[in-house]
Amino acid sequence: MGDWMTVTDPGLSSESKTISQYTSETKMSPSSLYSQQVLCSSIPLSKNVHSFFSAFCTEDNIEQSISYLDQELTTFGFPSLYEESKGKETKRELNIVAVLNCMNELLVLQRKNLLAQENVETQNLKLGSDMDHLQSCYSKLKEQLETSRREMIGLQERDRQLQCKNRNLHQLLKNEKDEVQKLQNIIASRATQYNHDMKRKEREYNKLKERLHQLVMNKKDKKIAMDILNYVGRADGKRGSWRTGKTEARNEDEMYKILLNDYEYRQKQILMENAELKKVLQQMKKEMISLLSPQKKKPRERVDDSTGTVISDVEEDAGELSRESMWDLSCETVREQLTNSIRKQWRILKSHVEKLDNQVSKVHLEGFNDEDVISRQDHEQETEKLELEIQQCKEMIKTQQQLLQQQLATACDDDTTSLLRDCYLLEEKERLKEEWSLFKEQKKNFERERRSFTEAAIRLGLERKAFEEERASWLKQQFLNMTTFDHQNSENVKLFSAFSGSSDWDNLIVHSRQPQKKPHSVSNGSPVCMSKLTKSLPASPSTSDFCQTRSCMSEHSSINVLNITAEEIKPNQVGGECTNQKWSVASRPGSQEGCYSGCSLSYTNSHVEKDDLP
Amino acid sequence: MNFSEVFKLSSLLCKFSPDGKYLASCVQYRLVVRDVNTLQILQLYTCLDQIQHIEWSADSLFILCAMYKRGLVQVWSLEQPEWHCKIDEGSAGLVASCWSPDGRHILNTTEFHLRITVWSLCTKSVSYIKYPKACLQGITFTRDGRYMALAERRDCKDYVSIFVCSDWQLLRHFDTDTQDLTGIEWAPNGCVLAVWDTCLEYKILLYSLDGRLLSTYSAYEWSLGIKSVAWSPSSQFLAVGSYDGKVRILHHVTWKMITEFGHPATINDPKTVVYKEAEKSPQLGLGCLSFPPPRAGAGPLPSSESKYNIPNAVWVWDIQKLRLFAVLEQLSPVRTFQWDPQQPRLAICTGGSRLYLWSPAGCMSVQVPGEGDFAVLSLCWHLSGDSMALLSKDHFCLCFLETEAVVGTACRQLGGHT
Repeated sequence: MGDWMTVTDPGLSSESKTISQYTSETKMSPSSLYSQQVLCSSIPLSKNVHSFFSAFCTEDNIEQSISYLDQELTTFGFPSLYEESKGKETKRELNIVAVLNCMNELLVLQRKNLLAQENVETQNLKLGSDMDHLQSCYSKLKEQLETSRREMIGLQERDRQLQCKNRNLHQLLKNEKDEVQKLQNIIASRATQYNHDMKRKEREYNKLKERLHQLVMNKKDKKIAMDILNYVGRADGKRGSWRTGKTEARNEDEMYKILLNDYEYRQKQILMENAELKKVLQQMKKEMISLLSPQKKKPRERVDDSTGTVISDVEEDAGELSRESMWDLSCETVREQLTNSIRKQWRILKSHVEKLDNQVSKVHLEGFNDEDVISRQDHEQETEKLELEIQQCKEMIKTQQQLLQQQLATACDDDTTSLLRDCYLLEEKERLKEEWSLFKEQKKNFERERRSFTEAAIRLGLERKAFEEERASWLKQQFLNMTTFDHQNSENVKLFSAFSGSSDWDNLIVHSRQPQKKPHSVSNGSPVCMSKLTKSLPASPSTSDFCQTRSCMSEHSSINVLNITAEEIKPNQVGGECTNQKWSVASRPGSQEGCYSGCSLSYTNSHVEKDDLP
Repeated sequence: MNFSEVFKLSSLLCKFSPDGKYLASCVQYRLVVRDVNTLQILQLYTCLDQIQHIEWSADSLFILCAMYKRGLVQVWSLEQPEWHCKIDEGSAGLVASCWSPDGRHILNTTEFHLRITVWSLCTKSVSYIKYPKACLQGITFTRDGRYMALAERRDCKDYVSIFVCSDWQLLRHFDTDTQDLTGIEWAPNGCVLAVWDTCLEYKILLYSLDGRLLSTYSAYEWSLGIKSVAWSPSSQFLAVGSYDGKVRILHHVTWKMITEFGHPATINDPKTVVYKEAEKSPQLGLGCLSFPPPRAGAGPLPSSESKYNIPNAVWVWDIQKLRLFAVLEQLSPVRTFQWDPQQPRLAICTGGSRLYLWSPAGCMSVQVPGEGDFAVLSLCWHLSGDSMALLSKDHFCLCFLETEAVVGTACRQLGGHT
């Protein structure tokens, strides 16, 4: 509260001025008006204050003004300005604290009012601008309405005009049609008239001709004559024959003969054409049959109507082919049969070809991926597609991101989201638990496996030991058989390396380290080991021994220990067979450390180090 | 290509004999018969007046010379130069004279088409045929010479009479459903007669030899109709040219139109070869149609036509492929064109001093040599297709064509020019 006060103090003072100004200028509330009137009449002026308020309180009427103020304030629900009176007779004292409180409250109120007023003003302004905007919109729309109305009227006018025109045109068309009709009629009438005239003229002409004919021909024109030296023979050498009924008949006969010949010739031609066409048809049919028959077997399985007809057709045709002579009989039934079958087959062939086409296109599509050679267009298409996909993916990612961000942002302040998140967390926890248990199970399995493994390793070690012993005995025998004791050492190395068949380097190291390891192994206190070392043999038997002890111990220990033993076993194996180097490398250093710390034997330690070295 | 020397000629009267051995030409009132190979004058006949028409008989033994003005026909024999025959039509007048296919009868048409007189050279007999129709092509003989079809007009109706040429017996007489018959034409096989109506109406009728109406074809109505008609040598097609600028091909089995060739102002088909002598664009117009002679092997069977209005172009269609094959645009109007009787080769003259030859291989033009301008107004092929006679107003010369190979090279050489 104190803080707030300090903060707002300077603002308050400055604001109070404006407030006072404001109030002085705008006498808004009727209550204030009323109070002014009242105050003006009763309360004298004071010097210090603003001119307006100066009239309210003077030195003389302090009491009165205080009481007035008290009254007013109490009516507005403020606490009284006076102290609680102890007695009626005593004059009530002005309570400064209350006054200050009141003032403060008044100021606060004033500020609130001012704020509210400001808000209201801004709102008012906003509304005013909105109003203006709306008004402008309204006017604009009104204008638009007006223009569209005008346009509509114009269009209507145009429509009307066009309709008028159309009507006119129709009228014109009708007129033209009438005209055409009329003209046609005229033409027809003219034609008839012309024909009539022509006929008349021709008749006249004929009459004249007749007349002329009579005049010219019947006059026994002496001039009309042929002057010839001697008659010549006919071109064919025959004598001219008399015209009789016989000749007439002969002429007729000849004419018909000629006609018949012509028709026969034509028929022959047509027959030839027909035969050719038939041949073509036959060949086509044969080819079709041969084309369709190999794949007749395939469609047999299919329950297809068309193929069913194929088969029947093919069979039928096979029968038909045998009586090929029938083809030459061009009777209608055969023709119909032929055409029908051809048509059928053609349909089948067509469908087959279409099918093939489809297949080809399919194969083409499939072969797209198989073939190394991709056509440029396909390539481009593919890239385009991929690009599109990428774009889509990007967009998806973006939207996801956005959603995530939104969720995060909302989660900050939203309880529900937090709840939801909790839910998610719970879910996750549950899932994790499940996973945990799964892991545990897996771990157990692993352990089991490991144990079996260690057992196997131990067994192997034992076997190895036995073998080593065997070898040692064998070697010993050899040594004993061979040379003096001085050269024994160097030869032994060579022999060993040659014998083991593994990498020489490793063995060499092992060999060279042997003396260092000796004291450790001695400290182990195993008499068997000592005996072997004196025979200068590899240390693996001793390690296996150790392993045995370790594993025995590990079986009683916790998981951690088990882990270590597993780690330890690996080097052992490496020591035995140098091929499994990876194992040792893969081993965790931490666990190794644990192992080393846990184990008291530096021998194994050194062994592991040696393995890690290469 | 060689040219003979130039001989005198009048009225464009110069004809090869049907057997291809002789060449008859007229100079005023003299008829000169030459040997085709040597061009030596074999016979010289003198007529009574200026000859207006000559015609060889089918057996190449006689030549008739018609003097229409005097109504006279004189016949000369090659075998017997002293033999003479003079037919006088007297006051009836003469407008046309022709041989019958047997070469022993002469058909004279009197003035006003009053009648046709059939004069026989074998007997004294004279036959008259009344009411022949005065039209463009009123008489037609079958190719074998057996029958003659004659258009007649009686009582304002058209009739066709078919006569047996051997004894001029009337075989058939039937009326045709035409307004005003204009032409008749036998099919080369002699079994179908094409009859077409006046140009006012598009109508073509096909009659069998026995007078049955086989079919009627009309492409359109109310417009100018048929201009010319031509049979294909195989009788399979009938080409009908009409005033609408189109040629319609009818088939002999159905007598329906199988295709229609227009004369487009611009030719878009790249397969069509257009030979242009000049930039001048041709105007549409339709003249006569003619089919080339049949050939032994399969080959293009073009039909062509020239124009009479401003007939600058010759159009050649391939009938096998039913499409336009070539267009020859000439600088000046085409006067005459004629197919080589042996092969698809077309000779064209335009009234200038050049001869134009077209074959599917190409086109060429040849300047006719000789002092002065030899304006080729007409031409006619020799039967063998090896030579042709080029006719001008007052002269004629023979043009000898070389063998195929030489022509080919010549074509190539001259291809640039055309």
